[in-house]
Amino acid sequence: MDHPIIEIKNITKTYRLGGEDVHALDDVSITIQKGEFIAIIGPSGSGKSTLMNMIGCLDQPDSGQYFLDGEEMVRMNDNGLASVRNKKIGFIFQNFNLLPKLTAWENVELPLVYSGLPTKERRKMAYDSLNKVGLGERANHLPTQLSGGQQQRVAIARALVGNPPILLADEPTGALDSKTSKEILDILRELNSQEHTIILITHDMEIAKNAGRMISIQDGKLIMDEGDRIGNSAINQNGHKEYQKQ
Amino acid sequence: MIELGILQSIKMAIRSIKSNKLRAFLTMLGIIIGVSSVIVLISIARGSTANVTSQINNLGTNLLTVNTFGTDKVKLTDDTIEKFKKIQTIKAVSPAVSGRVTLKRDRTTAQVSLTGTTSDYQDVRNMKVAAGRFLSDLDVEYRQKIAVLGSTTAQTFFGWENPIGQHIQVDGTSFKIVGVLTSKGGSMGQSGDDVIILPLSTAQRVLKDTAIQTVYLQGKSGMNMDFVMAEVQMAMKRMFPNGTDEYSVFNQQDLMNTMSSVTNTMTMMLGGIAGISLLVGGIGIMNIMLVSVSERTKEIGIRKAIGAKRRHILLQFLIEAIVLSSLGGIIGILVGIGVGNILGKTMSLTVSYSSSVILMSFMFSLLVGIIFGVFPANKASKLNPIQALRFE
Repeated sequence: MDHPIIEIKNITKTYRLGGEDVHALDDVSITIQKGEFIAIIGPSGSGKSTLMNMIGCLDQPDSGQYFLDGEEMVRMNDNGLASVRNKKIGFIFQNFNLLPKLTAWENVELPLVYSGLPTKERRKMAYDSLNKVGLGERANHLPTQLSGGQQQRVAIARALVGNPPILLADEPTGALDSKTSKEILDILRELNSQEHTIILITHDMEIAKNAGRMISIQDGKLIMDEGDRIGNSAINQNGHKEYQKQ
Repeated sequence: MIELGILQSIKMAIRSIKSNKLRAFLTMLGIIIGVSSVIVLISIARGSTANVTSQINNLGTNLLTVNTFGTDKVKLTDDTIEKFKKIQTIKAVSPAVSGRVTLKRDRTTAQVSLTGTTSDYQDVRNMKVAAGRFLSDLDVEYRQKIAVLGSTTAQTFFGWENPIGQHIQVDGTSFKIVGVLTSKGGSMGQSGDDVIILPLSTAQRVLKDTAIQTVYLQGKSGMNMDFVMAEVQMAMKRMFPNGTDEYSVFNQQDLMNTMSSVTNTMTMMLGGIAGISLLVGGIGIMNIMLVSVSERTKEIGIRKAIGAKRRHILLQFLIEAIVLSSLGGIIGILVGIGVGNILGKTMSLTVSYSSSVILMSFMFSLLVGIIFGVFPANKASKLNPIQALRFE
């Protein structure tokens, strides 16, 4: 491995909220290697959403450095960031965020539309991606005609379709029951075993246990970072306790 | 080059328009009304212009008219006529006397306008004979009691009978009918068909007046009529140096120019008013597009998160506005032509469509779409993806 897929060095982000400065991220450094399955946990307001936006190139830090796949992201312009999001990152959201007027197939196709692929190729790749999550037969259904779990699988197919190196899942099971949650997590683990780097943001310890490494964040600071680096989903019991203590 | 195909964007735009048909229709209504009223108003204005122009042309081409006001200072005589004929640029000269006479046949009586003139009158005034013949030089020379009837006059007295060879009483004197004119239609409140034409010499006798009030002059074809008119005015000045206020020389072209400048102004005004309604329609589009942008904030956020660039979003909303306005434009053209046809039939207006006006109003509606689409589209493209994603 020549370089880590994600390398964040001392980033800070401050918001002004009602005349008061809120340190959403305070001197945070993380290095993530290719093929890791990492969970970022923290209660709401801890800064994990801001961190996710940073990693997902939706937001820029006030200071610090961010290298994604060896490329400096800080101070990149809007168009450059859009292009990075398109090619390097697959987003999976809590409430699926599918476009309601497009079919599953068209939703999955959309990232490829923006990367400018020809229609024929696009359609094939989108269909393949849907098949990967087991929804090939529902390609022409609208999101409203699908169950929550199915919708999230469509969203995963959309995240996967351009074969980005990073999958960024923000509370992917937050809107699902426990049985479908398990299905979704199984898919994520399966994808991780296929060398996809997965970053899972959650507030739920049980969900986080699926990941090979856990990063805990509170009040904008990293308070814990452990678990072995590759593949193993066992979680360190100490880490758990330490988290509880905070 | 834009990575995202235009065709793809148009498809997306049509889909989002389809998903709210009523709103799309209401949005387009302004454009539809604007475009169709531009087409209807301009077509009717153009139709009436063409109508007037053809009526003026019917009076004769390259026509100059010399009118006297019947004073002693200026008297047109055979001598004057001969002098006119010597002017190089004049092709034909036709003196005329006129008055009103009572016609009688059996129990039918009617007042019509009488013109006494020569054979050249037919060419100069662009008269066409439907049956029989026009006056000849011999008729004038021998004071023949013959007459040519206008189409209405012939209809009044003879109905379906053939008037040729029959007789009619003109102020008590019997005249033989030798010809009937084709209908010229009325112009400016006068019927050109309610007439009787006699040889000049006979008419002078009927009217008991030898003064020639009017001379019609036809310029040679291809001549500049302003030049011909100047020559005629000069000739008149030489003949009647003291009487410049007692006659007038009148150019057909002047009338035509006046008419066309009046109708052009009218056309522009109507077009302008209709154009304003197009503009209002454009504001309607902007309004709806702004609503649409704020309604679809979440969608914009999702699209941006998965890699849409600013220009993709801008193009998407801009194309949507353009599709709306051009669709409105097309419907407006169809409605405009339909309404124009109905008005033309029911109100017997002449309607003249012009492809350039249709094209222009369509282009204008397209332009309105672009201009009023840019602002909302730009607003959409500038949305922050994080805030847009959070939007519910």
